[in-house]
Amino acid sequence: MSDDSSRHLRMTRRNSRRAFLGGALAAAAGALATGCGKEGMEAFLQRNFRELSRDDLDRIIRRLEGEAQRKYGRRIRIGAEPAMQGVVFGYALDLSRCVGCRRCVHACVKENNPSRDPEIQWIRVLEMEKEKGVDLEAADAYYDPAEVPREGHFYMPVQCQQCRNPPCVKVCPVGATWKEKDGIVVVDYNWCIGCRYCMAACPYGARHFNWAEPGIPSADLNPVTHYLGNRPRPKGVVEKCTFCIQRTRKGLYPACVEICPTGSRKFGNLADPKSEIRYILENKRVFLFKGELNTQPRFFYFYGV
Amino acid sequence: METLRTFGHFTRDSLALLVRGDRYYYGWIAFLLLLMALGGFAYAAQVREGLIVTHMRDQVSWGFYIGNFTFLVGVAAAAIMLVIPAYVYHWGPIKEITLLGELLAVSALVMCLGFVLVDIGRVDRFWHIIPFVGRLNLPSSLLAWDVLALNGYLLLNWTVVTYLLYCSYTGKAYNRSIVIPLVLSSIPMAVSIHTVTAFLYNGLAARPFWNSAILAPRFLASAFCSGPAILLILLQILRRTTRLKVQDEAIFKVAELMAYTMGFNLLLTAAEVFKEFYSNTEHLVFIRYLFFGLKGHTGLVPFAWASILTGAVAFLLFLVPRTRTNWVTLNIGCVLIYASVYIEKGMALIIPGLTPDVLGDIYVYRPSLTELLVAAGIFAMGFLVFTLMLKIAVPLMLGEFPGPASKGQPLRKPAAYIS
Ligand code: SF4
Ligand code: SF4
Repeated sequence: MSDDSSRHLRMTRRNSRRAFLGGALAAAAGALATGCGKEGMEAFLQRNFRELSRDDLDRIIRRLEGEAQRKYGRRIRIGAEPAMQGVVFGYALDLSRCVGCRRCVHACVKENNPSRDPEIQWIRVLEMEKEKGVDLEAADAYYDPAEVPREGHFYMPVQCQQCRNPPCVKVCPVGATWKEKDGIVVVDYNWCIGCRYCMAACPYGARHFNWAEPGIPSADLNPVTHYLGNRPRPKGVVEKCTFCIQRTRKGLYPACVEICPTGSRKFGNLADPKSEIRYILENKRVFLFKGELNTQPRFFYFYGV
Repeated sequence: METLRTFGHFTRDSLALLVRGDRYYYGWIAFLLLLMALGGFAYAAQVREGLIVTHMRDQVSWGFYIGNFTFLVGVAAAAIMLVIPAYVYHWGPIKEITLLGELLAVSALVMCLGFVLVDIGRVDRFWHIIPFVGRLNLPSSLLAWDVLALNGYLLLNWTVVTYLLYCSYTGKAYNRSIVIPLVLSSIPMAVSIHTVTAFLYNGLAARPFWNSAILAPRFLASAFCSGPAILLILLQILRRTTRLKVQDEAIFKVAELMAYTMGFNLLLTAAEVFKEFYSNTEHLVFIRYLFFGLKGHTGLVPFAWASILTGAVAFLLFLVPRTRTNWVTLNIGCVLIYASVYIEKGMALIIPGLTPDVLGDIYVYRPSLTELLVAAGIFAMGFLVFTLMLKIAVPLMLGEFPGPASKGQPLRKPAAYIS
């Protein structure tokens, strides 16, 4: 395919750039920043994921697996499964059923290896008053009643909406985040410079920053990971929900879908006319969060009853 | 070859000049170095621990650093307040201070880049934003454009300043066909750096407080008051401490220009406030947070009003010819303008833009000690750059530079380097 020739072109370009960077400055800065030696140097000079050849990627994955093993004392696997042909993921959430129990939040944390201390959560569940509708100024993300759902309230979980027109991708100055063929918006944690422009641009608060070295007890680490998904992240970069890329590209449901006790969460292939998600879009009342911003989410809210 | 050697002498003589000075000079430099050291320590801790040592968090993901950056881009852009009258209208008295404006732009840009660098989470990956080496996301990312514009403007000013000083040094007339196009192109460049910086915020539909079409004009208007305010004070200091002659008339002319830009600035602010309050949509919440506080959080309120008040008073002081030409009220006006714009760009733009956050959460941000120390360090660095550049530029402008003269050649007085 023409993809191959452009990849070749990129590689030649990359090699000449790497030669350029091979100067003393790079060596000094690289050694300083990422630990000394050849590995540190290589990590420093690593290119954007989309410019990596298969060989480069394999080598890098081995290095990252080694680093993770040293850090957490456990073997982890970093996969790089590509998007499946003819699959575009879509998500739907039934607002009339969600009870605000936040099991999804915790299942997500368990699955995706975000930092526990300081705490990062990719899903935020908002408690809203029925009388006011979706009114963010009256929403409460820190609700804590003895029992949910609370009288007169409804619950609206918010996570990355995997926009078809994602402002976070548009603004990134270095192309560290992009939209994959199956619709998942991903971040290359080894290319992000941590400028947080994407956080300012995302209308859904879906992006989270590693303000400190992520703290994850090694017993809690999920060893089954994906390069663009739940592998351990370094400090100083952003991360976000990826529709559990490490699961869904193997045909599994995202962790939040699997755990939801009320069945509010639906997930599937938008390109498949017979899928459940397509049924919902065609037969239910659907609404897009902040639709006026034209981000065109692939995350749909609907009323099942 | 010959030029290269002379340039070598120029560099050597300049450096020699930097180490000579009285005890005030040394004291000042030592003070700046001390601040830089403090900032350096704070920054080292930040690199070690992560940006957690700042008070920024996911809700307010940009803060004091980016506020200062924005303010200083304005200062840099404002240098053309002196360039335009000098080159476009050939207005005599201002010419000598044009060079100072350019020096100020250079130091402001050094500080800008400093603030951007300390704000990014992975400073070890700074090379990702270097054109051709990294992977600049053009044309879609305004931040990528900003990198280009700021560095381009820095390079341009730096080149012009060095070239002019070098010509003064050799006593030869500068080449007009080199300088004039460069200087003229610096005018749109200056406008562009501040416009691009405004677009950086302006283009984000997720943040209604910034998503206003008059943000860029507001940026320019406020920059054209704050930048000259700094210059006016500097000029007065310089003519006290050196033999540099700055005519009163030049200072008053700049002050007059400031009155117009300040008036325009206030008008634009009023337009913004009107639109928000009269239409009274859900977007009003940000400006309410700024001016009146929200759900009991009123930390920003005194700052917001102070900015408006100081701005208005300064405007009146500069508008009335009597107070504009009185040194006491003129200087009070400068300080007030500076305060007004600094508060506005530093706190009243970034923080209410991000508070409440996109899901309605209110996180109260105020800079941490680390942020204050690092910022102080960067300001000290900027002042150091400016001081050192002045140390070379002033004697050259006065024709007192101990350069070729020490080799027995008399120096031509090159002070008015543009004619
Ligand atoms: S929800 Fe936010 S992070 Fe997710 S794709 Fe849209 S803009 Fe990007
Ligand atoms: S924080 Fe990272 S992903 Fe986000 S815009 Fe900056 S470089 Fe891109």
